[in-house]
Amino acid sequence: MIKKNQVPCRKAFTETLLELAREDRDIIALTSDARGSVTLEQFARELPEQFVEVGIAEQNLVGIAAGLAACGKKPFVCGPACFLSARSLEQVKVDAAYSDMNVKIIAVSGGVSYGPLGSTHHAVHDLAVMRAIPNLTVILPCDVHQTRAMTKLLAEYEGPVYVRMGRGAVADVYRENDAPFAIGRANVLLNGGDLTIIATGEMVRPALDAGLILKQQGVKTRVIDMHTIKPLDQEAVLQAACDTGNLITVEEHSVHGGLGAAVAELVTQNFPVRMRIMGIPDEPAITGDPAQILKYYRMTAEDIAEAALAMLD
Amino acid sequence: MANLKLLAEKAVQTRIAILQMIYQGKGGHIGGALSCTDILVTLYYTVMRIDPKNPGWEGRDRFVLSKGHSVEGLYAILADLGFIPRAELDSYRGFGSRLIGHPSNKVPGIEVNTGALGHGLSVGVGMALAGKMDQKDHKVYVLMGDGELAEGSVWEAAMAGSHYKLDNLIGIVDRNRLQIGGSTEDVMALEDLKAKWQAFGWEALEVDGHDFNSLVELAKLPIVPGKPHMIIANTIKGKGISFMENEVGWHHRVPNEEEYAQALQELELRMGAF
Repeated sequence: MIKKNQVPCRKAFTETLLELAREDRDIIALTSDARGSVTLEQFARELPEQFVEVGIAEQNLVGIAAGLAACGKKPFVCGPACFLSARSLEQVKVDAAYSDMNVKIIAVSGGVSYGPLGSTHHAVHDLAVMRAIPNLTVILPCDVHQTRAMTKLLAEYEGPVYVRMGRGAVADVYRENDAPFAIGRANVLLNGGDLTIIATGEMVRPALDAGLILKQQGVKTRVIDMHTIKPLDQEAVLQAACDTGNLITVEEHSVHGGLGAAVAELVTQNFPVRMRIMGIPDEPAITGDPAQILKYYRMTAEDIAEAALAMLD
Repeated sequence: MANLKLLAEKAVQTRIAILQMIYQGKGGHIGGALSCTDILVTLYYTVMRIDPKNPGWEGRDRFVLSKGHSVEGLYAILADLGFIPRAELDSYRGFGSRLIGHPSNKVPGIEVNTGALGHGLSVGVGMALAGKMDQKDHKVYVLMGDGELAEGSVWEAAMAGSHYKLDNLIGIVDRNRLQIGGSTEDVMALEDLKAKWQAFGWEALEVDGHDFNSLVELAKLPIVPGKPHMIIANTIKGKGISFMENEVGWHHRVPNEEEYAQALQELELRMGAF
């Protein structure tokens, strides 16, 4: 019996960052009065010299990070996705991406994970805007193990990156110390030739569960963990299109401009196949517990499996 | 002792280059480029610790042109100092040129890309903070426009600068009192500007932004330990070309052939006087 994971990805990130920062003085964590929600308290207590608090000022937050990076520091900007992807957008675009600064934007509580708080706090537009900014890598880890692997890699990787995580603890996809992670290289979690489900971030687990449900019903389903939205693993997508036809994408994001759009842009121009984009519709998302919201928008494992069967009909 | 005559000469030479670049490149922001020329010349020829042969030298002072649209004078100075080939100035605004209408760090000597207003002071705070973290003695200079100060992000950075006691951070406002839409006081009043910076915890000083005697004093900053410094440099938009001075229309107008000839003549006359 596998114990249910209780640790949110943001916590796995901050724990790993603290471990790395103890050994590397150039790693700096910055936040805009979000040390609690990012879970940076221990970092701030233990390494105050490597911690920068800017107050509720997200534009300044990213600008300062760019200045630190220009002087050789390795800044990790940490805050809620809703603010980092909107209030600081021009700083992300200009100071981090355009200036090619080694700034990591760590956006937590993305998607609808601030469920009851409403659209001010939902971030279902972030992948669309970040994906359109040149020179910016966009990553969504799916569980704590992948988050740890990603964090270690990002501490070494030079260049601007936007990372999006959720808020609550999510079920494991990978096992401890066995979460392969290379930027731009998708992981195939389940192989099959009838249909492919491509998911990103915290929708990977429900997508994998959907694949397992379908498998039981005799539908050979491929499930791909597309942790890097940009650069997209084109080979994995086109191979899936070629092998299975029928693609379903799943993301905790607007159906516009995110993973589904990225996959659609690629396949329509290279190997058109039937596609279904599952995500949040173009409306201010309904409020409530995140799980309730995802259920309402038919994004549970059962819903994904149902959509797959409908597609094969 | 700074050579004031040399600075005056470099300033006229820079203004000629600005005029030529904007005339030949058929675009640019001439008024603001001319108002901050004397400040840039003072920083680059006497105040800042830089090495044109080694633009990435770790110990260098950092400069951020937050009013990125006034880039022409910076290009001229970087070329004169040898950061870039002088001949490259002819490519200003040309197809694929790295000398674009706003600073780009593809150009040796330029630290960060600017052009969207209200970004530079935050970046400067980060650079100054990095210096403090590593106990380095480099200074950070950020040149802003006065119209730019309506951007809220400037005041976020202002708070952070004093909060972190960044006395290695020196901001300069090119206070030419005009912006694209008219007088700064009509568009969005800034006064009492000095009191605003003081209230944000900065050591604020006012200088004549065209008087080299005063400008060279920048080298003595910080004068108050533990505080970031803001220099309000009172300037004249379009400075150095008689018919452009204090004329809001010359924010980004391109001189026609006749205007160009007259402007060049004025500047060359001054050059000849050295």
